[in-house]
Amino acid sequence: MSSSDLALSVRGAGKAYTIVHNATDHVTMAEVVLERLKHPLRRADREKFWAVRNIEFDLHHGEVLGLVGRNGAGKSTLLKLLGRITAPTEGEIKLWGRVGSLLEVGTGFHPELTGRENVFLNGSILGMTTKEIRAQFDAIVDFAGVAKFLDTPVKRYSSGMYVRLAFAVAAHLETEILLVDEVLSVGDADFQKKCLGKMRDVATTGRTVILVSHQMDNVRALCDRVLLLDHGGVEFIGNVREGVNRYLERPTIQTTAADPALRPGSGEMRITNAWVDCDNSAAEEPKVIRFTIERRSELAERCFIAVTINDSEGRAIAHCDSNMVGAWFTPGDGSVDGEFKLTSPWLQPGDYSVDLFLCNAGVLDAFERALSFTVRPGYPYRGGASDALVQRDLVVPDFDVRAIPGSIARASSEIVMRAPDSPEAS
Amino acid sequence: MSSSTSELSRARYVIRPPKSWLPQNPRELWDFRGLLARLAARDLTLRYRQTFLGMIWVVLQPLLGAGALTFVFGSVAGLKGPHGVPIFVMSFASMTAWNMFGTLTSRSSGSLLGNSAMIQKVFFPRLLLPLSTLLSTLVDLGVSLLVMVGLLVYYRIWAGPAIILAPVWLALFALIGLGLGSMAASMSVRYRDIQYILPMVMQFLPFVSPVGFTLANAPHGLRWLVVANPMTGLLEAFRWSVLGTAFPPMGVFVYSIIGTLGVFTLGIVVFSRLERQFADVI
Repeated sequence: MSSSDLALSVRGAGKAYTIVHNATDHVTMAEVVLERLKHPLRRADREKFWAVRNIEFDLHHGEVLGLVGRNGAGKSTLLKLLGRITAPTEGEIKLWGRVGSLLEVGTGFHPELTGRENVFLNGSILGMTTKEIRAQFDAIVDFAGVAKFLDTPVKRYSSGMYVRLAFAVAAHLETEILLVDEVLSVGDADFQKKCLGKMRDVATTGRTVILVSHQMDNVRALCDRVLLLDHGGVEFIGNVREGVNRYLERPTIQTTAADPALRPGSGEMRITNAWVDCDNSAAEEPKVIRFTIERRSELAERCFIAVTINDSEGRAIAHCDSNMVGAWFTPGDGSVDGEFKLTSPWLQPGDYSVDLFLCNAGVLDAFERALSFTVRPGYPYRGGASDALVQRDLVVPDFDVRAIPGSIARASSEIVMRAPDSPEAS
Repeated sequence: MSSSTSELSRARYVIRPPKSWLPQNPRELWDFRGLLARLAARDLTLRYRQTFLGMIWVVLQPLLGAGALTFVFGSVAGLKGPHGVPIFVMSFASMTAWNMFGTLTSRSSGSLLGNSAMIQKVFFPRLLLPLSTLLSTLVDLGVSLLVMVGLLVYYRIWAGPAIILAPVWLALFALIGLGLGSMAASMSVRYRDIQYILPMVMQFLPFVSPVGFTLANAPHGLRWLVVANPMTGLLEAFRWSVLGTAFPPMGVFVYSIIGTLGVFTLGIVVFSRLERQFADVI
């Protein structure tokens, strides 16, 4: 193929961050100067940490690339390089078209401005021209469903309306290349489905898309190729099936994302501790997860926790948002502990991973693949289970079947002869 | 540079590790002019929404400032205005130019920290943020100029054709303000101290700039300090344009022009140099 088909070409790109050891983080100049005076000869031990390195790949127009990898593998850094938010330390990236990113929804939204003003401001921040925003304006407002409140400052919006409007603007970006991070579509449970639907639309309309996802069924459904990142390098690039399999083969527990500061999300609150109390439990036993939420900024007062349980195929089998059951967390000035308990349905024997998200209007902390647990083989049925049959199901139903006491009646030929939908049947 | 046939196969953007000292790409700034307009409009809207007196503040600020200067230099220090120009009018003219410089500097210096979320999440030429504060400053300036025209008419002051050069001096004030503001903004990303140092500098500067006095009646011991300040020549030139006072000595004037352009260039260079780390450090 000629180079004019290319949408994007990455050659040996790398990004290094400098980690300073033996020196505390000096934020003010006075501290830096003082440190210099005290130790005129000492140089802080600087170490280069390569978040990504030697990244090479091409992307053709209309291709949808799934970017997968564990937390800390370098996905966010690579997206930041492609989105030009931060400059590479080495290598070269060529783009044949504008890049739009669905990385953070609602960037630049200002509470004092009206919905209309925010649509125009946010649209131009995301890289749309005024003409494009005008052309899309009605579609954006329709999608968000806030037509009545267009001239109201968004500080008077409910958090749901706010997120809807913010996502609507981003979803109508018409840049040639689009970067999508699925994690950040979480937040408003009702709206999530609509967002995912829109992402599917975008991915299937012939746009060039880079989709970061942990949902392997989405990757399988939407992507033409998969790029698997590991430790900041390209581990695999190629067909979707092999890429997904390689990703799933890797152990799901990792330590890098255990550092809350490195995780995606706005960071006003973080999950500082989480553990499973149900490892190696039987299918019918409750699945209990405990966690600690710490408040790190005064900007957020409360949040809900979204717990997603994924099976070993990477399929999300249960989305449990605590706001659905009315549970919100208010850590005050410190932290608060919480417990999540899943009693039904029962889970199939096998390995599971758990994603934890803290949300209010947006995503405060995205702790993907936070935990994992195993459900012991065996089924809780008194009568024994036909494994071959039950194994194929997604979950294990907690069900009972019995005869209704006192309903035993003598069969008569008259009854047997009746049509089953006869209105006289009792 | 390149023919239109090779334009198709040429990448629209090439991202490489930044090397040059001046990575500001004029074409890119132009591509993002829509965003610049939006940011400027936001700045203006937010400034006067939910203020009771709204635009009146814009008029009151320089009037009160000029009143204070008149009191200090006219009544307390007993200075006289030059060429029969009342010291209040002279102070007001100086304050008009000075305020534009001062507000532009302080607004643009806070523009990066005030928009840190945008910097971390989206790409756009970062220089747009300090530049976007220019519009709201110009609106303030416009209002202030209207009041000044009123004063000139009332006191029957006519400087002659030199008045057409007034916008040039104001533009130079804007350049020095933007230069200083951009430099402070980019440095405050790493060192928040700048937020505290700059207001102190801005408080001190009017005392070594002939705002409430003229170069001619500056105290002799401190004259060198006043002359070393590149804004001295600009202030004198501005008053020459609108009040018909004496044109500054040629040496002082040339030094002012060079100094102003120097501060502006330095500001942009420092900003561009630090710009590449903004998203990582802020």
